[in-house]
Amino acid sequence: MKKDFSIVGKEVIRQDGLEKVTGTAMFADDIVLKDILYGVMLRTTVVHAEIKSIDFSEIADNKNLTAIITSEDIPGAKKVGAIKKDQPIFCFDKVRTSGDVLAMLVGNNEKEIKKLLTKIKVEYSELPILSNSSLAMNEDAPVIHEESSNNLICEYPLRKGNVEEGFKNSDYVIERSYSTSYQEHAYIEPEAVIAIPLEGNKGVKIIGSIQNPHTTRSVAASVLGWPLAKVRVEQAELGGSFGGKDDTMNVLAARASIAAVKCNRPVKIRYNREDSILESYKRHPYKMKYKAGFNVDGKIKAMKIDIIADGGAYASMTPFVTWRSVVQATGSYEIENVETNVKGVYTNNPYTGAFRGFGSPQPVFAQESLMDEIAEELKISPFKLREINGYNSGSVTASGQILNSHEVTLKKVLAKASDESGFNDKWEKFSKDRVQKDFIIGSEQREKEFILDKEQFIEPENVWRRGIGLSCSFRGCSLGAEGIDAASVFVSLQNDGSVYLHSGLAENGQGLRTTFSIVVSEVLGIPFEDVFYLGIDTGYVMDSGPTVASRSTIMGGGAVKDATEKIKRNLLDVFIENYNIPQIARVEFTNGMVTYDKYSMSFKDLCKLAYNKGVNISAVGWYAGPNVDWDEEKGQGNAYFTYVYGCQVAEVKVNITTGEVYIENITAVHDPGKVINLLGAKGQVYGGVTQGAGLCLWEELNTIDGKIKHQNFDELLIPTSKDIDNIDVHFVEGEEEYGPWGAKSLGEPTLELTSAAISNAIYNATGVRYRNLPLNLEEIVLNRKLSPASVKRGSA
Amino acid sequence: MIQISFILNGKKVKLETDENRRLIDILREDFSLTGTKEGCSIGECGACTIIMNKLAVNSCLVLAGQLIDSEILTIEGVSENGKLNVLQENFLKYGAVQCGYCTPGMIMSIYALLLKNNNPADEEIKEAIAGNLCRCTGYKQIIDAARATADTDMITDLSQ
Repeated sequence: MKKDFSIVGKEVIRQDGLEKVTGTAMFADDIVLKDILYGVMLRTTVVHAEIKSIDFSEIADNKNLTAIITSEDIPGAKKVGAIKKDQPIFCFDKVRTSGDVLAMLVGNNEKEIKKLLTKIKVEYSELPILSNSSLAMNEDAPVIHEESSNNLICEYPLRKGNVEEGFKNSDYVIERSYSTSYQEHAYIEPEAVIAIPLEGNKGVKIIGSIQNPHTTRSVAASVLGWPLAKVRVEQAELGGSFGGKDDTMNVLAARASIAAVKCNRPVKIRYNREDSILESYKRHPYKMKYKAGFNVDGKIKAMKIDIIADGGAYASMTPFVTWRSVVQATGSYEIENVETNVKGVYTNNPYTGAFRGFGSPQPVFAQESLMDEIAEELKISPFKLREINGYNSGSVTASGQILNSHEVTLKKVLAKASDESGFNDKWEKFSKDRVQKDFIIGSEQREKEFILDKEQFIEPENVWRRGIGLSCSFRGCSLGAEGIDAASVFVSLQNDGSVYLHSGLAENGQGLRTTFSIVVSEVLGIPFEDVFYLGIDTGYVMDSGPTVASRSTIMGGGAVKDATEKIKRNLLDVFIENYNIPQIARVEFTNGMVTYDKYSMSFKDLCKLAYNKGVNISAVGWYAGPNVDWDEEKGQGNAYFTYVYGCQVAEVKVNITTGEVYIENITAVHDPGKVINLLGAKGQVYGGVTQGAGLCLWEELNTIDGKIKHQNFDELLIPTSKDIDNIDVHFVEGEEEYGPWGAKSLGEPTLELTSAAISNAIYNATGVRYRNLPLNLEEIVLNRKLSPASVKRGSA
Repeated sequence: MIQISFILNGKKVKLETDENRRLIDILREDFSLTGTKEGCSIGECGACTIIMNKLAVNSCLVLAGQLIDSEILTIEGVSENGKLNVLQENFLKYGAVQCGYCTPGMIMSIYALLLKNNNPADEEIKEAIAGNLCRCTGYKQIIDAARATADTDMITDLSQ
């Protein structure tokens, strides 16, 4: 029987909206405290060097200076990291990348202490810089971390079937290489954190723009050398994160805490945009080699994939990011023979870590571009090729997992996206319209002939070429075999029927508190407005793992439902006892009333009754993911306990003279399982698609010998309101046993598909295949980058 | 130091300050109006947008000396007596808010547009917020909120 929902699936206005539209929401830098001190960073001027000495003598007596904090002030761990403890809070032996920090000056006048930074003398002994991830594993490559013998962070093999046999039995074999660039999270709020020393032996309290308060707590506690419970972390309103306010914030919180304890005063660190871009981690640039064998009938027989991910100077989340890549690298297609090798390596480049998508946007770009290249070889439509190879219920993934525990909706989302956008007809039409003979873009010839001949004159109406492209993906929900997967909440009903909700997962702007409150409201049949989500504070709620991997709704929502149902059972007992009705009675909780047959009581009165009888009307909810497994050597196993599917279609027009790509429409069809808040779900898609478009077309972050060139939004271009004409969102709600009413994941799949769909549309428009993101003007016109690293100035 | 006086959210204020102090700092530090946010400090992100003499400007690029006799409206001046303005209501209704950091600046830019033109075309709305970066929403629902507010005759000059 299909359940009728009272609020789930409707358009619900976000719970934290009021403070955000009135400007009263308190972000970390809005918090003003008495006697506060500021911390400013002494940043390295070189990229890779041994630190010989740091001389503070010229500023030591300065009246504005309260303290100088270096690694020597750290009582506990001097290096931290999610997986490998390789990132120093303050560099002490070496600097390894341009964002590194050697010391922090603390004082009450931030402006004045910033001026002192130039008076500190640091002596370095510079080392060779490793900036090319392809060279990282060479014998003669500089080793970034001396404790390792080479620059390998992690390596994941995956073997299914026999790939060489598969190629032998294929009618065609093609090989292609693809690459992606850095992507900066570019949350509009730069990092800010305050550490407040508490009285007596209570420890320290940290408030900040922190994505994962429990992670920050464990890092700060390890650096202070304190027990976890002596550090309390509270999340301020978070001005965007997208995976980005994790490691960086942990390090900043640790620095602020050390200073706060040393000075016995609150210490605030707030970054400007340049600090933020310099020090924070980015999305991994990937270099990907794909080899595919396939038959005339369109069936892909074998795929061999080699991927190198540039981890930069610190491991951060690289081992988990690249693990997702190895699981999903062949995309949503059943392929008999697969050999995948994914390596994460150290370089002296900016370090890379978690970013919405988390190791999927890169392989999705490569592999979904490859699908269109295969279709082109076979002269069949990209839609048909995906129909032939796409997952069905019972399909076996590259890691040998049988997809049989949930509804496999790949073909549904593919059909829906294709129908809604009119894909097949448009694709045929644009393929025919494509006229290449009058003007060739994306070629070497074009580069030599910037000035056109008379007969090459392009009529203004021929400047724009239109194209349509699609891409599909499947994505493992939550953490999978990469980590412990459980979430907790505390729900406490008040005797008037209003509710406090404490969650171990955090609001990151994505709308978690609204989603969770909807779950409470639905289970108890009470007004949404009666549910009060309290901000996350590690002092009040259990560690629920990080708010990542699009796991909040499925895991946290599951925990909210668990807690609320526990309370509901207690209320039910009270109701049954009160009216002396049968135990098996079907009692309804709806519209703030509790009803069975002729018996009815308001929810408020029932709460009061339960409270007066001394019945517990609070509960801790717990939701643990089912078992998953992974064989590290063969790369086989049930990687994730469930998956979601999506398909996006991009319609673009390409200006063949300037290289501009304008996005006319993106049709985004996603199966997130049950949609909890339709308004919020749409918002996730619009935002994810836009970030994905940014990754594809505009967002270029260059490094020159490891140093970041683009340090503010004048040079680092992220999408504006004028860049995408329309985004058309549709949901296909697949059946699912996990999560609240089968609600799963949405945040990340929305981003991972967009770049491939756009690139395939550009091919449809121009007949040129672009394999290296971003596809900015020069890439489109010249099919190569003009970044300083790829151009020798002055050369012909 | 200079002495300046200007109208801030409808009230006349006086201040003695350094000539080169930025308006954003004056608002946040001297008047505790922290609804105005800083995102880039170079006039690219628009998070610090306020309305100055009926025009949307980046308050990180305005110095104290330029404030003399001006009319300044910040996000705190948009809702009157705790009652949300129709534009703010529509931001909520259309899902135009996610993390909320760009929201005050967005509202001020759209407010300034609607003051001047209460029936803008979509292209004009997009143009008006082209200098306001948002990383969460993809702008779609913000544009929806602006469009819904246009032609309501509910946008009035609150700066005097």
